[in-house]
Amino acid sequence: MTRVVAILKDPVVVAALIAVLLIAIGGILRPGFASPDQIVDMLRVASFLGIIAIGQTIVVLSGGEGIDLSVGTVATLGAILASRTMAGDDALIVPGVLLALGVAALIGLANGLGIVLLRIPPFVMTLGMLGVVGGLILVVTGGRADGRAAPALVSLVNGRDVLGLPGILLVWIVLGVVVTLVLRRTVFGARLYAIGTSREAARLSGVPVRRVTVSAYVLSSLFAALGGIAMVGYSQQVFLNLADDLTLPSIAAVVIGGTLVAGGVGGYLGSAVGAIVLTVLTSLLTTLAMPEWARIVVQGVVLIALLAVYGRQRRLRS
Amino acid sequence: MTATATQAAPATSFVDRVRGVRVASWATAALLVVAVVAAIALQPNLLTPYGVASTFATFLPLVLVAVAQAIVVIGGGLDLSAGAIVALSSVVAVQTMRGEDGLLLVGVAAAVATGVACGLVNGLVVSRLRLQPLIATFASASIFSGLALLVLPTPGGTVPAVLTGTFRQAIATVPMSVLLVVAVVLGWLVLRRTRVLRHIRATGGDPAASYASLVPVQSSQLASYVLSGAICGLAGLAVLGNAGSGDPFIGGDLALNSVAAVVVGGIALRGGIGSPIGAIAGAIILALSSTILFSIGLPTSWRALAAGVVVILALALSALGAPRRRR
Repeated sequence: MTRVVAILKDPVVVAALIAVLLIAIGGILRPGFASPDQIVDMLRVASFLGIIAIGQTIVVLSGGEGIDLSVGTVATLGAILASRTMAGDDALIVPGVLLALGVAALIGLANGLGIVLLRIPPFVMTLGMLGVVGGLILVVTGGRADGRAAPALVSLVNGRDVLGLPGILLVWIVLGVVVTLVLRRTVFGARLYAIGTSREAARLSGVPVRRVTVSAYVLSSLFAALGGIAMVGYSQQVFLNLADDLTLPSIAAVVIGGTLVAGGVGGYLGSAVGAIVLTVLTSLLTTLAMPEWARIVVQGVVLIALLAVYGRQRRLRS
Repeated sequence: MTATATQAAPATSFVDRVRGVRVASWATAALLVVAVVAAIALQPNLLTPYGVASTFATFLPLVLVAVAQAIVVIGGGLDLSAGAIVALSSVVAVQTMRGEDGLLLVGVAAAVATGVACGLVNGLVVSRLRLQPLIATFASASIFSGLALLVLPTPGGTVPAVLTGTFRQAIATVPMSVLLVVAVVLGWLVLRRTRVLRHIRATGGDPAASYASLVPVQSSQLASYVLSGAICGLAGLAVLGNAGSGDPFIGGDLALNSVAAVVVGGIALRGGIGSPIGAIAGAIILALSSTILFSIGLPTSWRALAAGVVVILALALSALGAPRRRR
């Protein structure tokens, strides 16, 4: 009995139940919402957010008030660089992706170094980087987005080539499994949890705190760019603000998944389920013909409500 | 009597004050002088009465939001929704005034009331629900900007001529915008000794110790957000006075820039240290830097990038100037 209660209290299980509940509600209100086709489509959209949330999870786990507010614009920049390079040509996919990842890695490196060497708080550093990357996008594009995704990328995201499922889902699952293994089974993962729990204790135990922190921010930017590239495969055309709005959802996904905002506790599986919950919620609101303002408001309310459940800080009176 | 009081003050606290507070404010003052000199050297007509008036008018929203942010940060919090509050209160004011001069006071009241309401939401969420200010206000920003879209779906609306006119007026050759900034400084100097603001500072410095000393920690946090919301409401009016129409999307950069202004102004993000006057200086430094970027003829598409780099550099400089302390 206690075992059942413990399982039901696990944030990942709760989040999964919420996702199922939302799909059921949608199916009752709008027949067809819960059809397999519709569900596959929602998972496809969830994969962009899910891939971006990988990096956000790593940064939040690293503790020290770790957060990356630049993931949305970095994803947009990645999408723009990749799509402009490939310009609708399959042969140029690899250079496009490499360019996007290379630039993203530099951005993440700058974030990490600013936080570690200059001791700028993570939210200030990444918020400042958001401005810089936004400016970089204007410089690269000159204000006009004209990149086009290569056909192979489009069919990876929009096709149903792998056992009748979109290839991007397979990519997402593989990335998720690899990240979970890295977090749970490698030295890097152990060090990440260690610095997230206590920087001081980790430093005294010989963990290279600075190097691990910088790596976390580099990984965050890399996964953001990957998410952006996947997204441009979906939209085919690139926009100047393609993925800008995914920053808040990426944090919300991490919180829903039960990863502690303070760092050191949690994992990626929860964030992936969190990304699905948020995507289902958004589709449900869209299906119910909610206006844009209401969707934005609901997003904020949902995050505050979830934080109120999981993320409350200690009372002063103890 | 005063003499004995001065002598009784422990010498260490004086040394600490010179070391801790002064370093940051000297750096801020130096940066301010450099920025002013560079801006005037590049654009001499900044010094004409018209130049001063229009420059200060465009700075005013950021200056006000920086003061609002400073109060929250000194209280140990953070407000990433400041820009969204400015947007929401400005569109609410536009819709209530409907361009009629007679409704100006109603509009002012509406803007401030909107700001207070938003501050109340933030304050309750942070103090009563005990959520982390960073993520909580990031989330509430989403709520406020959604509501701004509801109130005014697309940019537009007319601002009463009396608001835009007053904004451009000068009293005894001193531009209104300068007077308003001076009024904010004087207001702070008068109010900083009040119980509420001392409690806010104590709460930011050490919540646990404040709690043990019977400081109403929760109410102080709430008060800091409400006060900051009210000032953001005023900033919303300043935005209207500048633009002459409403825009639900305005304020995107205000949250970041106000945090940067606070940091440049020598206010510690961990709370308890600094003064809004530093934040005003920080805001003017940042705003002047973008004036400088405009005047050296940077291509339009490079300006956003340059502005972003300036913010990062300013943050880096302040980080280097601040005393190193392991938390």
